[in-house]
Amino acid sequence: MSTATDTRPVRRDVRRTTPDSHGFATRPYDLVKEFVVAFVVVALLTVVLAAVFSSPDEKAITMADWAAAAPNDVVATAAGELAGTTTSASYGPPYNTAGDGQSLGPLKLQKWAGVRIPVDSAADLVLTPLSKVTGNTDLTAALTTWNGATPDQQNTWASAYSDALSKAPDNDPKQVADGDYGPVPAISAAFLTLAQTGGLEGALTSSGNFYGGDQTRSLLLLSDGAYLEDQARARHLGGDQWGMMNETGNFPGQPWMWLYTFWYQVPPFSTSDNADALVWGLMMLLTLGLLLLPFIPGLRSIPRWIPVHRIIWRDWYREHPRRR
Amino acid sequence: MTATQAGGPPATPSTSWTARTRERLARTVPAGQVLPDRQPAYMSSWIYVFGVLTLAALLVVIGSGVLLAVGGSGWWHVSSVGHFVNSLHLWSVELFFAFMVIHLWGKFWMAAWRGNRALTWMTGVLAFLGSIGTAFTGYLSQSNFDSQWISGQAKDGLNSVGVGAFFNVLNPGQMLLWHVVLLPLVLGVIVVLHVILVRRHGIVPPIDADGEDAS
Repeated sequence: MSTATDTRPVRRDVRRTTPDSHGFATRPYDLVKEFVVAFVVVALLTVVLAAVFSSPDEKAITMADWAAAAPNDVVATAAGELAGTTTSASYGPPYNTAGDGQSLGPLKLQKWAGVRIPVDSAADLVLTPLSKVTGNTDLTAALTTWNGATPDQQNTWASAYSDALSKAPDNDPKQVADGDYGPVPAISAAFLTLAQTGGLEGALTSSGNFYGGDQTRSLLLLSDGAYLEDQARARHLGGDQWGMMNETGNFPGQPWMWLYTFWYQVPPFSTSDNADALVWGLMMLLTLGLLLLPFIPGLRSIPRWIPVHRIIWRDWYREHPRRR
Repeated sequence: MTATQAGGPPATPSTSWTARTRERLARTVPAGQVLPDRQPAYMSSWIYVFGVLTLAALLVVIGSGVLLAVGGSGWWHVSSVGHFVNSLHLWSVELFFAFMVIHLWGKFWMAAWRGNRALTWMTGVLAFLGSIGTAFTGYLSQSNFDSQWISGQAKDGLNSVGVGAFFNVLNPGQMLLWHVVLLPLVLGVIVVLHVILVRRHGIVPPIDADGEDAS
């Protein structure tokens, strides 16, 4: 307890300046040796982990795989593309103008970016690949009928068939109720046949070019079906299964994505049609916070308030008791 | 320009671009601070190891990636050697991220941005973000089921903010080039800047250490 005659020590400013590190007492330290040892240890550890655990490589799903495993899904997807009801057909930018896409408050970034990767789902994913098929008179007649109809008529046929498929037992095309579906059943059946033969990928990816390096169309088509997602969910890769962190098989995956995928598990993000834009906006804000942390009052003081640093520099603090 | 005898000192300070560049480099990291053989006595914790472990793991990542590139993008699917090289690449990446995240948390609790080190912190954060982007494009370059699913999911997030119109995750050709050329170059430059800044400023003193503790 102090008295009036005590000489009080000067209270130090909490925001004191940090002294130059080069003014402190030093000890020998071999940086190059440290790096070489670290490199050797990491290299050896990598070799051991690779030898013991290997790495996952689940084969890509081909259109033939899809057709063999889920033929009804292929037919339903083809009908959905013609009806304009699939994800890609109603997506909006950057593929088409069928919607505005998501927005971040007043910022319609998806719409503003525009249609830079044009995809007409009915034409590009179904009709054009089928137009290359030769020797199938039923298909040729069906395509001629389709191309000769008005857009309204085409939509009426395709929507009716798509709805009928969804109501059929097991979505089986053979058990669809009678109705006026125009050429759509024949087109969808031929599409399944093309997928089964293994010729669909080439028709989708090469687009008339010998070198096909862009899988945009084939991936959009595969994603429009239910089969790909079913396979992913069975491996706990779904968006609401913390899938962004997970990997096929028993591998660590991407734990560094924990915060990004976290938001997709909780409301309002988990129930919003605008979740992607909201999560991206939030993550950009949080990332900016991390980047500018040294300048944010309060946040930058957390390390001072929660003294983990006294464990890190315990030798120093033992030798330099805090002055009050 | 003044002529001087060979080996003699210039009569006036040189204004050549070469001399100015040399002086700038010397100002950025003064002689003796590039590779000092002594460190401040307070550098006494295992947390310091994780910075250099991250750097070491990055070199293993790059080395295994270069080996993987030799056989082409589909080699590792059909060759047991290629698959092992892919495993080296995967596990070095996992180690790289583990070390980097520990390093990042360590620097947070040390408030390592103190003493004009904000740019060091910021380049570290940018390196972390760049690494995430590089790893992401790596997954998209695998040409397997993972690539199919991840690209289909990722397109929605990127499209929602307008990025997908220019950065098409459904185009493996574009993703592979970003993964093996563009992002490693950018990440490499950021990491070099980060290390230069660390060497320039030295390691941050303990919280509450002041001028009286420094001589």
